[in-house]
Amino acid sequence: MGKERVAVVGIGQTKHQATRGDVSVAGLVREAASRALADAQMTWTDIDAVVVGKAPDFFEGVMMPELLLADALGASGKPLFRVHTAGSVGGSTAIVASQLIQAGVHQKVLAVAFEKQSESEAMWALSLPIPFTPPLHAGAGGYFAPHIRSYIRRAGAPDHIGMLVALKDRQNGLKNPYAHLHEHDITFDSIKDSMMLWDPVRYAETCPSSDGACAVVLGSESVADAAASDGRQPAWVQGAAMRSEPTLSAERDTVLPLGGALCAADVYKQAGITDPRRDIDCAEIYVPFSWFEPMWLENLGFAEPGEGWKMVEDGVTAMDGDLPVNMSGGVLCTNPIGASGMLRFGEAAMQVRGQAGDHQVDGARRAMGHAYGGGSQFFAMWVVGSEKP
Amino acid sequence: MRDVAVVSFAQTPARRRVQEVNEVEMLMPAVHTALSQVDMTIDDIGFTCSGSTDYLAGVGFSFVSTLDAVGPWPPIQESHVEMDGAWALYEAWVKLQLGEVDTALVYCYAKSSPGDLPMVLTRQLDPITVGPLWPDSISLAALQARALLESGKATEEEMAEVAARSRKAAMDNPNAQLAWDRPASDVLAEEHLVAPLRRSDCPPITDGAAAVVLAAGDAARERSDRPAWIRGIDHRIEPIHLGHRDLTVSESTRTAAEKAGVADGSVDVAELHAPFTHQELILREALGLADDALVNPSGGALAANPMMTAGLIRMGEVANRISAGTADRGVAHATSGPCLQQNLVCVMEGEG
Repeated sequence: MGKERVAVVGIGQTKHQATRGDVSVAGLVREAASRALADAQMTWTDIDAVVVGKAPDFFEGVMMPELLLADALGASGKPLFRVHTAGSVGGSTAIVASQLIQAGVHQKVLAVAFEKQSESEAMWALSLPIPFTPPLHAGAGGYFAPHIRSYIRRAGAPDHIGMLVALKDRQNGLKNPYAHLHEHDITFDSIKDSMMLWDPVRYAETCPSSDGACAVVLGSESVADAAASDGRQPAWVQGAAMRSEPTLSAERDTVLPLGGALCAADVYKQAGITDPRRDIDCAEIYVPFSWFEPMWLENLGFAEPGEGWKMVEDGVTAMDGDLPVNMSGGVLCTNPIGASGMLRFGEAAMQVRGQAGDHQVDGARRAMGHAYGGGSQFFAMWVVGSEKP
Repeated sequence: MRDVAVVSFAQTPARRRVQEVNEVEMLMPAVHTALSQVDMTIDDIGFTCSGSTDYLAGVGFSFVSTLDAVGPWPPIQESHVEMDGAWALYEAWVKLQLGEVDTALVYCYAKSSPGDLPMVLTRQLDPITVGPLWPDSISLAALQARALLESGKATEEEMAEVAARSRKAAMDNPNAQLAWDRPASDVLAEEHLVAPLRRSDCPPITDGAAAVVLAAGDAARERSDRPAWIRGIDHRIEPIHLGHRDLTVSESTRTAAEKAGVADGSVDVAELHAPFTHQELILREALGLADDALVNPSGGALAANPMMTAGLIRMGEVANRISAGTADRGVAHATSGPCLQQNLVCVMEGEG
């Protein structure tokens, strides 16, 4: 007995922006899912099951929105499943969907993740409630700033690394027509001069709040083979894993979380990767605040601990570098929270399918998609490739 | 498919209001009892999956603190569904099918008591067209009951008999919240709460938690003398809009039952997640249960209806009867959404 093979055969996303006032939540997910189906050359009736992911229901004020969205996602009469694993949920949703195929339960599964942040207030929704926890978190940025400061001190990283990441990702985002932020006049100095929000995180080093959705169609080996014989390259899932660890625990290292490292090691083992820096051609990494790029490069084994910032400084993670990171512009350009993880997973698949347009990495054959959530405690990752595992 | 079984089940006593402890503290006894019954600790578990909803806790990411209490260190393979624990069990079952891990812990919990549950549940509805009218969950169920009565498929007397039978059965269930022995005629003598529903046609509001340990193949045989093997499991959803479906039938339950193979053998026991009396009548029909089938010997959701938990409890109740040898083949059902919108059906069997 072994796992069935599974591949991404369709990808769709919405045009992301601060407010998608032209569509309801149902319209938003429908837009992404319709595009994924069109990309897969399938119709709603072809799909066996639907998996929906999003961050807290509070954001849009709808309890268990999967109930509402059954119609919009063509799921009536089918199995519909709802995942919620905090900020990593977009990645977890794709993985849970892929496992339905790997387990032999279904052949064609639609995975959709979304957030309509304009209908919520993420800053306060993401602040833990007083009086049981410190009232000073003030959203995700306030929570993560001390972790970033800790990284800078431990690694001895110079102050400009975060600004370099922000500049790179915002410039990459200009190549992505679906990205929320298109800042044509951004410069290193404009980032440096932007307001300090949560020292050391500046405004221009922070993700936006976006409305958006992402969808992927996953197919079994026979479905993917049929697509390939039709000239449509599948993105084979070569490895995928999830890991969780506690929020508050004395053993934790939030700069270099063990859960992230174990998750990556599991994915690499499944994919037969022994040297990720050599074996992976490009990566979409969940970087909502710029400094998380060097931090995650170390956590994912692309650099030794304390060395990740040097990859940034040397331009290794630029589009023309040895390991391009966040070709789409990443979370720093587009952050519909629940969908952000799936956008990373989807971009990785687009790269190995050769469909990434102006942000395509030439000859990308193996790519990583990464998501994290909670207090750097939930991890979801996959490696997809143009070759069958 | 790989053989996967329920090898342990535990639940907290269903209570109208658990005030002295928080959700995490309420849940922990269920988790630790489920593990200790099979001589396991969290370190023996290959995959963990939970079900809950932030709306009842009134805080985003409420499941995170619960996970902390379960003890995810060193980091674990884990997931969460914002649904009843029955769906968390489904995800765990899929994970076990991959063959990489042999054991799974499934847990779920909710405290419904801090809020006004029927009103909180209006937030499940379409936020543009229906939600603003604040139609509460009992009124929606009454609409369904009215449709059923007017279709001629059921009578108020039959509904009352479901209430009387369920509450009487609950007298044998130490975890039940609501149990009594009164004739159906007493129920019929009650005033309507929301016509045609009387108070006894409705579930209690319940705080509670439950946990299940799943194991595959030999790992299940090592942990249990008589594992409750999952022979079929499937779930289906229908449109949320009540005008889009025939409320007198449960098409999604019928399809899930067919896929799970309910009709492939005789059913010794069925635990149905039917919060309202008329819903049991609809579900019996959809599942194709014989008139003499033993239905809800625990008292079902009419005896205790802890949100996010009542579905998993149905699975645990069936598993317990199979493991105890009082049933060979059983059906467990879970529901979600207004008027039986989404339904899960699981067939379990013992062997030997």
